[in-house]
Amino acid sequence: MSSLSLAVRDSSTMLRRNLLHVRRYPSLTLNLLLTPIVLLLLFVYVFGEVMSAGIGGGGADRSAYLAYLVPGLLLMTIGSATIGTAVSVSMDMSEGIIARFRTMAIHRGSVLVGRVVGSVLQSVAGVVLVGAVAVAIGFRAEGATALEWLAAFGLLVLVALALTWIAVGMGMVSPNAEAASNNALPLIVLPLVSSAFVPVEAMPGWFRPIAEYQPFTPAIETLRGLLLGTEIGHNGPLAVAWCLGLTTLGYFWSKSLFNRDPR
Amino acid sequence: MPSSVMSTSNSSGGPRPPAAVSAVGLRKSYGDKTVLDGIDLHIPAGSVFALLGPNGAGKTTAVKILSTLIGADGGRAQVAGHDIATSPQAVRAAIGVTGQFSAVDGLITGEENMLLMADLHHLSRREGRRVTAELLERFGLTDAAKKPASTYSGGMRRRLDIAMTLVGGPRIIFLDEPTTGLDPRSRHNMWQIVRELVSGGTTVFLTTQYLEEADELADRIAVLHDGRIAAEGSAGELKRLVPGGHVRLRFTDPAAYRSAAGALREAARDDEALALSIPGDGTQRELRSLLDRLDSAGIEADELTVHTPDLDDVFFALTGGTDQTSEEAVR
Repeated sequence: MSSLSLAVRDSSTMLRRNLLHVRRYPSLTLNLLLTPIVLLLLFVYVFGEVMSAGIGGGGADRSAYLAYLVPGLLLMTIGSATIGTAVSVSMDMSEGIIARFRTMAIHRGSVLVGRVVGSVLQSVAGVVLVGAVAVAIGFRAEGATALEWLAAFGLLVLVALALTWIAVGMGMVSPNAEAASNNALPLIVLPLVSSAFVPVEAMPGWFRPIAEYQPFTPAIETLRGLLLGTEIGHNGPLAVAWCLGLTTLGYFWSKSLFNRDPR
Repeated sequence: MPSSVMSTSNSSGGPRPPAAVSAVGLRKSYGDKTVLDGIDLHIPAGSVFALLGPNGAGKTTAVKILSTLIGADGGRAQVAGHDIATSPQAVRAAIGVTGQFSAVDGLITGEENMLLMADLHHLSRREGRRVTAELLERFGLTDAAKKPASTYSGGMRRRLDIAMTLVGGPRIIFLDEPTTGLDPRSRHNMWQIVRELVSGGTTVFLTTQYLEEADELADRIAVLHDGRIAAEGSAGELKRLVPGGHVRLRFTDPAAYRSAAGALREAARDDEALALSIPGDGTQRELRSLLDRLDSAGIEADELTVHTPDLDDVFFALTGGTDQTSEEAVR
Protein backbone atom coordinates (compact mmCIF):
# COMPACT_ATOMS: atom_id res chain seq x y z
CA MET A 1 0.00 0.00 0.00
CA SER A 2 1.37 3.40 -0.93
CA SER A 3 2.10 5.74 1.90
CA LEU A 4 -0.63 8.15 0.82
CA SER A 5 -3.33 5.52 0.68
CA LEU A 6 -2.06 4.20 4.01
CA ALA A 7 -2.36 7.70 5.45
CA VAL A 8 -5.88 8.11 4.08
CA ARG A 9 -7.01 4.69 5.24
CA ASP A 10 -5.62 5.02 8.77
CA SER A 11 -6.82 8.59 9.13
CA SER A 12 -10.33 7.59 8.14
CA THR A 13 -10.20 4.74 10.67
CA MET A 14 -9.20 7.25 13.35
CA LEU A 15 -11.95 9.59 12.14
CA ARG A 16 -14.50 6.80 12.51
CA ARG A 17 -13.28 6.20 16.06
CA ASN A 18 -13.70 9.86 16.96
CA LEU A 19 -17.13 10.12 15.38
CA LEU A 20 -18.14 6.98 17.25
CA HIS A 21 -17.17 8.71 20.49
CA VAL A 22 -19.32 11.70 19.56
CA ARG A 23 -22.24 9.47 18.69
CA ARG A 24 -21.96 7.50 21.94
CA TYR A 25 -21.38 10.54 24.14
CA PRO A 26 -23.10 13.47 22.45
CA SER A 27 -23.50 15.40 25.72
CA LEU A 28 -20.03 17.02 25.61
CA THR A 29 -20.66 18.33 22.11
CA LEU A 30 -24.19 19.47 22.86
CA ASN A 31 -23.12 21.23 26.06
CA LEU A 32 -20.61 23.23 24.10
CA LEU A 33 -23.29 24.27 21.59
CA LEU A 34 -25.41 25.50 24.45
CA THR A 35 -23.17 28.53 25.08
CA PRO A 36 -23.63 30.19 21.67
CA ILE A 37 -27.33 29.33 21.53
CA VAL A 38 -28.01 30.78 24.99
CA LEU A 39 -26.00 33.89 24.12
CA LEU A 40 -27.96 34.26 20.88
CA LEU A 41 -31.32 34.09 22.62
CA LEU A 42 -30.16 36.26 25.52
CA PHE A 43 -28.76 39.04 23.37
CA VAL A 44 -31.67 39.05 20.94
CA TYR A 45 -34.61 38.68 23.31
CA VAL A 46 -33.30 40.22 26.51
CA PHE A 47 -30.80 42.87 25.43
CA GLY A 48 -32.02 43.12 21.85
CA GLU A 49 -33.82 46.49 22.10
CA VAL A 50 -30.87 48.29 23.66
CA MET A 51 -28.28 46.65 21.43
CA SER A 52 -30.24 47.42 18.27
CA ALA A 53 -30.51 51.06 19.27
CA GLY A 54 -26.74 51.08 19.71
CA ILE A 55 -25.76 49.75 16.31
CA GLY A 56 -28.32 51.05 13.85
CA GLY A 57 -27.78 54.70 14.64
CA GLY A 58 -31.15 54.63 16.40
CA GLY A 59 -34.48 53.37 15.20
CA ALA A 60 -33.32 49.84 14.40
CA ASP A 61 -35.45 47.06 15.83
CA ARG A 62 -34.47 43.75 17.30
CA SER A 63 -34.00 42.09 13.90
CA ALA A 64 -31.20 44.49 12.97
CA TYR A 65 -29.22 43.33 15.98
CA LEU A 66 -30.04 39.70 15.23
CA ALA A 67 -28.47 40.16 11.81
CA TYR A 68 -25.44 41.85 13.35
CA LEU A 69 -25.01 39.16 16.01
CA VAL A 70 -25.33 35.93 14.00
CA PRO A 71 -21.99 35.96 12.10
CA GLY A 72 -20.08 36.45 15.36
CA LEU A 73 -22.01 33.73 17.11
CA LEU A 74 -21.38 31.28 14.28
CA LEU A 75 -17.67 31.82 14.78
CA MET A 76 -18.08 31.60 18.52
CA THR A 77 -19.74 28.23 17.98
CA ILE A 78 -16.53 27.04 16.39
CA GLY A 79 -14.45 28.42 19.25
CA SER A 80 -16.69 26.67 21.73
CA ALA A 81 -16.60 23.37 19.86
CA THR A 82 -12.81 23.39 19.75
CA ILE A 83 -12.68 23.62 23.55
CA GLY A 84 -14.28 20.19 23.41
CA THR A 85 -11.48 19.14 21.07
CA ALA A 86 -8.79 20.28 23.51
CA VAL A 87 -10.50 18.45 26.38
CA SER A 88 -10.99 15.19 24.50
CA VAL A 89 -7.47 15.27 23.08
CA SER A 90 -5.97 15.66 26.55
CA MET A 91 -8.16 12.83 27.84
CA ASP A 92 -7.30 10.65 24.87
CA MET A 93 -3.55 11.22 25.15
CA SER A 94 -3.52 10.00 28.73
CA GLU A 95 -5.17 6.73 27.66
CA GLY A 96 -3.21 3.60 26.95
CA ILE A 97 -4.87 3.25 23.56
CA ILE A 98 -2.73 6.06 22.14
CA ALA A 99 0.39 4.24 23.34
CA ARG A 100 -0.95 1.20 21.53
CA PHE A 101 -1.39 3.20 18.32
CA ARG A 102 2.21 4.35 18.64
CA THR A 103 3.47 0.77 18.68
CA MET A 104 1.45 -0.22 15.61
CA ALA A 105 2.60 -0.01 12.02
CA ILE A 106 0.09 2.66 11.10
CA HIS A 107 0.53 6.04 9.50
CA ARG A 108 1.81 8.07 12.41
CA GLY A 109 0.01 11.27 11.60
CA SER A 110 -3.35 9.51 11.27
CA VAL A 111 -4.09 9.83 14.99
CA LEU A 112 -3.99 13.62 14.71
CA VAL A 113 -5.45 13.94 11.22
CA GLY A 114 -8.43 11.76 12.10
CA ARG A 115 -8.98 13.83 15.21
CA VAL A 116 -8.79 17.15 13.36
CA VAL A 117 -11.11 16.10 10.54
CA GLY A 118 -13.60 14.78 13.10
CA SER A 119 -13.47 18.01 15.09
CA VAL A 120 -13.89 20.17 12.00
CA LEU A 121 -16.95 18.13 11.01
CA GLN A 122 -18.29 18.57 14.53
CA SER A 123 -17.71 22.33 14.40
CA VAL A 124 -19.42 22.61 11.04
CA ALA A 125 -22.36 20.58 12.32
CA GLY A 126 -22.53 22.94 15.31
CA VAL A 127 -22.48 25.97 13.02
CA VAL A 128 -25.33 24.50 10.98
CA LEU A 129 -27.34 23.86 14.16
CA VAL A 130 -26.78 27.33 15.61
CA GLY A 131 -27.44 28.82 12.17
CA ALA A 132 -30.72 26.93 12.04
CA VAL A 133 -31.72 28.38 15.41
CA ALA A 134 -30.84 31.84 14.10
CA VAL A 135 -32.95 31.35 11.00
CA ALA A 136 -35.79 30.03 13.13
CA ILE A 137 -35.86 33.24 15.15
CA GLY A 138 -35.77 35.42 12.08
CA PHE A 139 -32.22 35.73 10.73
CA ARG A 140 -32.14 36.25 6.97
CA ALA A 141 -29.30 36.79 4.55
CA GLU A 142 -31.38 37.50 1.52
CA GLY A 143 -28.87 39.63 -0.30
CA ALA A 144 -26.18 36.95 -0.41
CA THR A 145 -25.45 35.22 -3.72
CA ALA A 146 -24.71 31.50 -3.98
CA LEU A 147 -21.03 32.31 -4.37
CA GLU A 148 -21.09 34.40 -1.21
CA TRP A 149 -22.79 31.58 0.67
CA LEU A 150 -20.11 29.22 -0.55
CA ALA A 151 -17.34 31.64 0.44
CA ALA A 152 -18.96 32.06 3.86
CA PHE A 153 -19.05 28.30 4.32
CA GLY A 154 -15.44 28.02 3.17
CA LEU A 155 -14.39 30.67 5.65
CA LEU A 156 -16.14 28.85 8.50
CA VAL A 157 -14.39 25.60 7.59
CA LEU A 158 -11.06 27.40 7.40
CA VAL A 159 -11.56 28.95 10.84
CA ALA A 160 -12.62 25.60 12.24
CA LEU A 161 -9.48 23.99 10.82
CA ALA A 162 -7.20 26.67 12.27
CA LEU A 163 -8.77 26.66 15.73
CA THR A 164 -8.92 22.85 15.82
CA TRP A 165 -5.19 22.46 15.16
CA ILE A 166 -4.47 25.00 17.90
CA ALA A 167 -6.88 23.18 20.23
CA VAL A 168 -5.18 19.85 19.52
CA GLY A 169 -1.86 21.35 20.58
CA MET A 170 -3.48 22.83 23.68
CA GLY A 171 -4.99 19.46 24.52
CA MET A 172 -1.64 17.76 24.18
CA VAL A 173 0.25 20.13 26.47
CA SER A 174 -2.48 19.80 29.10
CA PRO A 175 -1.96 17.05 31.66
CA ASN A 176 -5.69 16.56 32.25
CA ALA A 177 -9.15 17.58 31.11
CA GLU A 178 -9.46 20.50 33.55
CA ALA A 179 -6.16 21.99 32.43
CA ALA A 180 -7.17 21.54 28.81
CA SER A 181 -10.42 23.37 29.29
CA ASN A 182 -8.57 26.21 31.04
CA ASN A 183 -5.87 26.41 28.42
CA ALA A 184 -8.46 26.53 25.66
CA LEU A 185 -10.38 29.34 27.31
CA PRO A 186 -9.06 32.01 24.89
CA LEU A 187 -10.96 30.23 22.14
CA ILE A 188 -14.23 31.31 23.71
CA VAL A 189 -13.07 34.53 25.38
CA LEU A 190 -11.61 36.06 22.23
CA PRO A 191 -14.98 36.20 20.44
CA LEU A 192 -16.36 38.14 23.44
CA VAL A 193 -13.79 40.86 22.90
CA SER A 194 -14.22 40.97 19.13
CA SER A 195 -16.76 42.73 16.98
CA ALA A 196 -19.19 39.86 17.58
CA PHE A 197 -21.45 41.72 19.99
CA VAL A 198 -20.67 45.38 19.45
CA PRO A 199 -18.82 47.21 16.67
CA VAL A 200 -15.17 47.91 17.34
CA GLU A 201 -15.86 51.64 16.89
CA ALA A 202 -18.07 51.51 19.96
CA MET A 203 -15.19 50.30 22.15
CA PRO A 204 -12.79 52.52 24.10
CA GLY A 205 -9.90 53.78 21.99
CA TRP A 206 -7.13 51.89 23.79
CA PHE A 207 -8.96 48.62 23.35
CA ARG A 208 -9.76 48.97 19.65
CA PRO A 209 -6.45 47.63 18.26
CA ILE A 210 -6.83 44.51 20.38
CA ALA A 211 -10.36 43.93 19.20
CA GLU A 212 -9.61 44.82 15.62
CA TYR A 213 -6.57 42.68 14.91
CA GLN A 214 -7.27 39.54 16.91
CA PRO A 215 -8.23 36.57 14.72
CA PHE A 216 -11.96 36.63 15.34
CA THR A 217 -12.79 40.20 14.29
CA PRO A 218 -11.52 39.95 10.70
CA ALA A 219 -13.29 36.62 10.28
CA ILE A 220 -16.52 38.01 11.71
CA GLU A 221 -16.36 41.12 9.54
CA THR A 222 -15.68 39.01 6.46
CA LEU A 223 -18.59 36.72 7.24
CA ARG A 224 -20.84 39.74 7.83
CA GLY A 225 -19.81 41.17 4.51
CA LEU A 226 -20.48 37.91 2.68
CA LEU A 227 -23.88 37.29 4.27
CA LEU A 228 -25.18 40.82 4.81
CA GLY A 229 -23.33 42.88 2.23
CA THR A 230 -21.38 45.09 4.63
CA GLU A 231 -17.91 46.40 3.80
CA ILE A 232 -15.22 43.66 3.96
CA GLY A 233 -12.15 45.64 2.95
CA HIS A 234 -8.86 44.40 4.35
CA ASN A 235 -10.65 42.01 6.69
CA GLY A 236 -10.94 39.32 4.00
CA PRO A 237 -7.21 38.80 3.40
CA LEU A 238 -6.54 39.35 7.11
CA ALA A 239 -8.99 36.59 8.07
CA VAL A 240 -7.52 34.15 5.57
CA ALA A 241 -3.99 35.01 6.70
CA TRP A 242 -4.92 34.41 10.35
CA CYS A 243 -6.45 31.06 9.46
CA LEU A 244 -3.50 29.88 7.41
CA GLY A 245 -1.05 31.12 10.03
CA LEU A 246 -2.85 29.43 12.92
CA THR A 247 -3.31 26.23 10.94
CA THR A 248 0.40 26.05 10.15
CA LEU A 249 1.39 26.91 13.70
CA GLY A 250 -1.08 24.47 15.22
CA TYR A 251 -0.08 21.70 12.81
CA PHE A 252 3.64 21.87 13.50
CA TRP A 253 3.13 22.43 17.21
CA SER A 254 0.80 19.44 17.55
CA LYS A 255 3.00 17.27 15.38
CA SER A 256 6.13 17.97 17.39
CA LEU A 257 4.23 17.36 20.63
CA PHE A 258 2.96 14.05 19.30
CA ASN A 259 6.40 12.95 18.17
CA ARG A 260 7.90 13.53 21.58
CA ASP A 261 8.49 10.40 23.63
CA PRO A 262 5.44 9.87 25.83
CA ARG A 263 6.02 9.89 29.55
CA MET B 1 27.10 -25.26 35.55
CA PRO B 2 27.69 -21.58 36.08
CA SER B 3 30.35 -20.89 38.58
CA SER B 4 29.65 -17.27 39.34
CA VAL B 5 26.49 -15.39 40.03
CA MET B 6 27.03 -12.97 37.18
CA SER B 7 27.55 -15.50 34.45
CA THR B 8 24.83 -16.17 31.97
CA SER B 9 24.82 -19.77 31.03
CA ASN B 10 24.35 -20.95 27.53
CA SER B 11 25.50 -24.45 28.25
CA SER B 12 24.56 -25.96 24.90
CA GLY B 13 27.46 -24.07 23.37
CA GLY B 14 26.18 -24.62 19.82
CA PRO B 15 25.24 -21.88 17.34
CA ARG B 16 22.60 -19.55 18.73
CA PRO B 17 19.10 -19.87 17.28
CA PRO B 18 17.79 -16.79 15.43
CA ALA B 19 16.92 -14.08 17.92
CA ALA B 20 13.45 -12.57 18.10
CA VAL B 21 14.86 -9.84 20.28
CA SER B 22 18.48 -8.92 20.78
CA ALA B 23 19.95 -5.94 22.51
CA VAL B 24 23.41 -4.73 23.33
CA GLY B 25 24.12 -2.09 25.94
CA LEU B 26 20.67 -0.51 26.04
CA ARG B 27 20.69 2.59 28.18
CA LYS B 28 18.06 5.06 29.23
CA SER B 29 17.97 7.78 31.81
CA TYR B 30 15.43 10.36 32.84
CA GLY B 31 17.33 13.41 34.01
CA ASP B 32 19.84 12.26 36.61
CA LYS B 33 18.13 8.97 37.15
CA THR B 34 19.59 6.08 35.17
CA VAL B 35 16.80 3.62 34.52
CA LEU B 36 18.59 1.19 32.23
CA ASP B 37 22.32 0.97 32.59
CA GLY B 38 23.44 -1.25 29.72
CA ILE B 39 21.11 -4.16 29.04
CA ASP B 40 22.10 -7.09 26.85
CA LEU B 41 19.42 -9.50 25.68
CA HIS B 42 19.22 -12.46 23.35
CA ILE B 43 15.79 -14.02 23.10
CA PRO B 44 15.39 -16.97 20.71
CA ALA B 45 12.34 -16.99 18.48
CA GLY B 46 9.45 -19.03 19.83
CA SER B 47 10.50 -18.84 23.46
CA VAL B 48 9.10 -17.14 26.52
CA PHE B 49 11.39 -14.66 28.15
CA ALA B 50 10.65 -13.08 31.50
CA LEU B 51 12.20 -9.90 32.72
CA LEU B 52 11.91 -10.16 36.45
CA GLY B 53 12.41 -7.35 38.85
CA PRO B 54 10.93 -5.29 41.62
CA ASN B 55 8.97 -2.11 40.99
CA GLY B 56 11.15 0.60 39.55
CA ALA B 57 13.82 -1.78 38.28
CA GLY B 58 13.32 -0.56 34.70
CA LYS B 59 11.17 -3.37 33.30
CA THR B 60 8.55 -1.10 31.75
CA THR B 61 11.23 1.17 30.31
CA ALA B 62 12.83 -1.83 28.62
CA VAL B 63 9.50 -2.84 27.09
CA LYS B 64 8.79 0.73 25.97
CA ILE B 65 12.16 0.94 24.21
CA LEU B 66 11.94 -2.47 22.55
CA SER B 67 8.38 -1.80 21.39
CA THR B 68 9.48 1.53 19.83
CA LEU B 69 7.33 3.61 22.15
CA ILE B 70 10.32 5.60 23.38
CA GLY B 71 13.89 5.93 22.20
CA ALA B 72 16.97 4.61 23.98
CA ASP B 73 19.81 6.92 25.00
CA GLY B 74 22.45 4.37 24.06
CA GLY B 75 22.97 0.85 22.82
CA ARG B 76 21.36 -1.03 19.98
CA ALA B 77 18.53 -3.47 19.68
CA GLN B 78 16.94 -5.55 17.01
CA VAL B 79 13.42 -6.87 17.18
CA ALA B 80 12.28 -9.40 14.57
CA GLY B 81 15.50 -8.65 12.73
CA HIS B 82 14.89 -4.91 12.44
CA ASP B 83 16.76 -2.16 14.19
CA ILE B 84 14.45 -0.37 16.61
CA ALA B 85 16.04 3.01 15.94
CA THR B 86 16.31 2.94 12.17
CA SER B 87 13.30 0.81 11.12
CA PRO B 88 10.70 1.29 13.84
CA GLN B 89 7.80 0.72 11.43
CA ALA B 90 9.15 -2.71 10.45
CA VAL B 91 9.47 -3.57 14.14
CA ARG B 92 5.92 -2.38 14.79
CA ALA B 93 4.60 -4.56 11.97
CA ALA B 94 6.01 -7.65 13.71
CA ILE B 95 5.09 -7.00 17.32
CA GLY B 96 2.08 -6.76 19.58
CA VAL B 97 2.21 -4.85 22.83
CA THR B 98 0.05 -5.09 25.90
CA GLY B 99 1.23 -2.45 28.30
CA GLN B 100 0.90 -2.36 32.03
CA PHE B 101 -1.94 0.10 31.80
CA SER B 102 -4.97 -0.87 29.88
CA ALA B 103 -4.73 0.07 26.20
CA VAL B 104 -8.38 -0.32 25.33
CA ASP B 105 -10.74 2.45 24.30
CA GLY B 106 -13.20 2.56 27.19
CA LEU B 107 -15.73 4.69 25.34
CA ILE B 108 -16.51 2.07 22.71
CA THR B 109 -17.55 -1.57 22.99
CA GLY B 110 -15.22 -4.53 23.13
CA GLU B 111 -16.24 -5.53 19.63
CA GLU B 112 -15.65 -2.02 18.30
CA ASN B 113 -12.21 -2.05 19.90
CA MET B 114 -11.44 -5.26 18.05
CA LEU B 115 -12.78 -3.95 14.74
CA LEU B 116 -10.71 -0.80 15.21
CA MET B 117 -7.61 -2.98 15.45
CA ALA B 118 -8.69 -4.97 12.39
CA ASP B 119 -9.07 -1.74 10.42
CA LEU B 120 -5.66 -0.51 11.52
CA HIS B 121 -4.16 -3.81 10.40
CA HIS B 122 -5.89 -3.26 7.05
CA LEU B 123 -7.88 -6.44 7.20
CA SER B 124 -10.85 -6.63 4.89
CA ARG B 125 -14.22 -6.01 6.51
CA ARG B 126 -15.10 -9.67 6.32
CA GLU B 127 -11.74 -10.84 7.65
CA GLY B 128 -11.93 -8.24 10.43
CA ARG B 129 -15.31 -9.54 11.54
CA ARG B 130 -14.08 -13.12 11.45
CA VAL B 131 -10.95 -12.42 13.50
CA THR B 132 -12.93 -10.30 15.95
CA ALA B 133 -15.56 -12.98 16.52
CA GLU B 134 -12.91 -15.66 16.86
CA LEU B 135 -10.76 -13.80 19.37
CA LEU B 136 -13.71 -12.58 21.43
CA GLU B 137 -14.87 -16.18 21.64
CA ARG B 138 -11.40 -17.44 22.53
CA PHE B 139 -11.05 -14.93 25.34
CA GLY B 140 -14.54 -15.45 26.71
CA LEU B 141 -15.75 -11.99 25.78
CA THR B 142 -18.52 -12.84 23.32
CA ASP B 143 -21.28 -12.07 25.82
CA ALA B 144 -19.73 -8.72 26.69
CA ALA B 145 -18.88 -7.81 23.09
CA LYS B 146 -21.60 -5.19 22.76
CA LYS B 147 -20.90 -3.48 26.09
CA PRO B 148 -18.62 -0.45 26.48
CA ALA B 149 -15.14 -1.56 27.52
CA SER B 150 -15.26 0.87 30.46
CA THR B 151 -17.82 -1.43 32.11
CA TYR B 152 -15.48 -4.45 31.99
CA SER B 153 -13.85 -5.95 35.08
CA GLY B 154 -10.06 -5.82 35.43
CA GLY B 155 -9.62 -9.35 34.13
CA MET B 156 -11.95 -8.75 31.17
CA ARG B 157 -10.14 -5.56 30.23
CA ARG B 158 -6.84 -7.38 30.32
CA ARG B 159 -8.23 -10.16 28.14
CA LEU B 160 -9.65 -7.64 25.68
CA ASP B 161 -6.29 -5.89 25.72
CA ILE B 162 -4.49 -9.08 24.74
CA ALA B 163 -7.15 -10.01 22.20
CA MET B 164 -6.60 -6.61 20.55
CA THR B 165 -2.86 -7.24 20.55
CA LEU B 166 -3.40 -10.52 18.70
CA VAL B 167 -5.52 -9.11 15.88
CA GLY B 168 -2.64 -8.62 13.49
CA GLY B 169 -1.09 -12.01 14.28
CA PRO B 170 2.13 -10.59 15.76
CA ARG B 171 5.21 -12.83 15.84
CA ILE B 172 6.54 -11.24 19.01
CA ILE B 173 4.37 -10.17 21.91
CA PHE B 174 5.39 -7.88 24.73
CA LEU B 175 3.36 -8.27 27.91
CA ASP B 176 4.21 -5.75 30.58
CA GLU B 177 3.12 -7.18 33.93
CA PRO B 178 0.19 -9.05 32.41
CA THR B 179 -1.18 -10.30 35.72
CA THR B 180 -0.58 -7.37 38.04
CA GLY B 181 -3.81 -6.54 39.79
CA LEU B 182 -5.62 -9.69 38.68
CA ASP B 183 -7.27 -12.14 41.04
CA PRO B 184 -5.78 -15.65 41.23
CA ARG B 185 -8.30 -17.10 38.81
CA SER B 186 -7.72 -14.43 36.19
CA ARG B 187 -4.00 -14.86 36.70
CA HIS B 188 -4.22 -18.55 35.90
CA ASN B 189 -6.33 -17.75 32.87
CA MET B 190 -3.64 -15.36 31.72
CA TRP B 191 -0.96 -18.01 32.17
CA GLN B 192 -3.01 -20.36 30.05
CA ILE B 193 -3.28 -17.69 27.38
CA VAL B 194 0.48 -17.19 27.35
CA ARG B 195 1.08 -20.93 27.04
CA GLU B 196 -1.30 -21.13 24.10
CA LEU B 197 0.45 -18.25 22.38
CA VAL B 198 3.78 -19.97 22.71
CA SER B 199 2.46 -23.27 21.46
CA GLY B 200 1.42 -21.36 18.35
CA GLY B 201 5.04 -20.31 17.79
CA THR B 202 4.83 -16.75 19.10
CA THR B 203 7.74 -15.29 21.02
CA VAL B 204 6.63 -13.80 24.31
CA PHE B 205 8.56 -11.14 26.21
CA LEU B 206 6.95 -10.61 29.56
CA THR B 207 7.80 -8.62 32.61
CA THR B 208 6.74 -9.61 36.04
CA GLN B 209 7.50 -9.00 39.65
CA TYR B 210 6.27 -12.45 40.59
CA LEU B 211 8.91 -15.15 40.75
CA GLU B 212 6.27 -17.80 40.60
CA GLU B 213 4.99 -16.40 37.34
CA ALA B 214 8.41 -16.35 35.70
CA ASP B 215 8.98 -19.89 36.97
CA GLU B 216 5.64 -21.05 35.54
CA LEU B 217 5.93 -19.50 32.13
CA ALA B 218 9.40 -18.57 31.07
CA ASP B 219 12.05 -20.56 29.27
CA ARG B 220 14.57 -17.99 30.31
CA ILE B 221 14.50 -15.40 33.02
CA ALA B 222 16.59 -12.28 33.43
CA VAL B 223 16.66 -10.60 36.80
CA LEU B 224 16.70 -6.84 36.37
CA HIS B 225 18.05 -4.86 39.26
CA ASP B 226 18.98 -1.19 39.32
CA GLY B 227 18.94 -0.99 35.54
CA ARG B 228 21.26 -3.94 35.05
CA ILE B 229 20.70 -7.61 34.43
CA ALA B 230 21.88 -9.25 37.62
CA ALA B 231 21.54 -12.79 36.31
CA GLU B 232 20.03 -14.67 33.44
CA GLY B 233 19.15 -18.28 32.83
CA SER B 234 16.38 -20.84 33.11
CA ALA B 235 14.51 -20.95 36.41
CA GLY B 236 16.55 -23.99 37.38
CA GLU B 237 19.84 -22.41 36.41
CA LEU B 238 19.04 -19.35 38.42
CA LYS B 239 18.17 -21.44 41.42
CA ARG B 240 21.47 -23.23 41.14
CA LEU B 241 23.32 -19.92 41.10
CA VAL B 242 22.65 -19.67 44.78
CA PRO B 243 24.57 -22.13 46.93
CA GLY B 244 22.61 -24.27 49.34
CA GLY B 245 21.18 -27.02 47.19
CA HIS B 246 21.62 -30.50 48.62
CA VAL B 247 20.18 -33.96 48.84
CA ARG B 248 19.32 -35.14 52.32
CA LEU B 249 19.28 -38.81 53.24
CA ARG B 250 17.75 -39.86 56.52
CA PHE B 251 18.13 -43.25 58.17
CA THR B 252 16.43 -45.00 61.07
CA ASP B 253 19.04 -47.74 61.43
CA PRO B 254 22.32 -46.40 62.91
CA ALA B 255 24.30 -49.18 61.20
CA ALA B 256 22.95 -48.27 57.79
CA TYR B 257 23.67 -44.65 58.55
CA ARG B 258 27.30 -45.39 59.42
CA SER B 259 27.93 -47.48 56.35
CA ALA B 260 26.35 -44.80 54.15
CA ALA B 261 28.50 -42.13 55.74
CA GLY B 262 31.50 -44.31 54.99
CA ALA B 263 30.52 -44.65 51.33
CA LEU B 264 29.67 -40.98 50.82
CA ARG B 265 32.71 -39.19 52.12
CA GLU B 266 31.70 -35.74 50.84
CA ALA B 267 28.43 -35.82 52.80
CA ALA B 268 27.91 -33.60 55.79
CA ARG B 269 26.94 -35.76 58.75
CA ASP B 270 24.22 -35.15 61.26
CA ASP B 271 24.83 -37.99 63.70
CA GLU B 272 21.96 -37.13 65.99
CA ALA B 273 19.34 -37.13 63.26
CA LEU B 274 21.06 -39.96 61.41
CA ALA B 275 21.01 -37.78 58.31
CA LEU B 276 23.51 -37.07 55.54
CA SER B 277 23.56 -33.96 53.36
CA ILE B 278 25.15 -34.30 49.95
CA PRO B 279 25.74 -30.92 48.30
CA GLY B 280 24.50 -30.66 44.75
CA ASP B 281 22.47 -28.70 42.31
CA GLY B 282 19.51 -31.06 42.32
CA THR B 283 19.69 -31.96 38.63
CA GLN B 284 18.30 -35.25 37.46
CA ARG B 285 21.71 -36.36 36.27
CA GLU B 286 23.34 -35.70 39.58
CA LEU B 287 20.52 -37.36 41.46
CA ARG B 288 20.77 -40.43 39.27
CA SER B 289 24.50 -40.79 39.85
CA LEU B 290 23.93 -40.44 43.57
CA LEU B 291 21.25 -43.13 43.51
CA ASP B 292 23.57 -45.37 41.49
CA ARG B 293 26.26 -44.98 44.10
CA LEU B 294 23.81 -45.77 46.87
CA ASP B 295 22.59 -48.85 45.00
CA SER B 296 26.06 -50.16 44.29
CA ALA B 297 27.01 -49.65 47.93
CA GLY B 298 23.84 -51.46 48.97
CA ILE B 299 22.59 -48.51 50.99
CA GLU B 300 18.89 -47.90 51.41
CA ALA B 301 17.89 -44.61 52.99
CA ASP B 302 14.54 -44.36 54.70
CA GLU B 303 13.92 -40.91 53.32
CA LEU B 304 15.41 -38.92 50.48
CA THR B 305 14.65 -35.26 49.93
CA VAL B 306 16.03 -32.79 47.39
CA HIS B 307 16.51 -29.24 48.61
CA THR B 308 16.95 -26.48 46.07
CA PRO B 309 16.91 -22.82 46.94
CA ASP B 310 13.75 -21.37 45.40
CA LEU B 311 13.62 -18.33 43.16
CA ASP B 312 12.88 -16.15 46.13
CA ASP B 313 16.29 -16.98 47.52
CA VAL B 314 17.86 -16.22 44.18
CA PHE B 315 15.97 -13.02 43.82
CA PHE B 316 16.84 -11.70 47.23
CA ALA B 317 20.44 -12.80 46.95
CA LEU B 318 20.83 -11.05 43.59
CA THR B 319 18.92 -7.91 44.33
CA GLY B 320 20.16 -7.42 47.87
CA GLY B 321 16.99 -8.18 49.79
CA THR B 322 16.70 -8.19 53.53
CA ASP B 323 19.60 -9.51 55.59
CA GLN B 324 17.66 -12.45 56.82
CA THR B 325 16.85 -13.80 53.41
CA SER B 326 20.35 -13.15 52.13
CA GLU B 327 21.69 -15.24 54.95
CA GLU B 328 19.26 -17.95 54.11
CA ALA B 329 20.24 -17.83 50.49
CA VAL B 330 23.97 -18.14 51.10
CA ARG B 331 23.63 -20.55 53.98
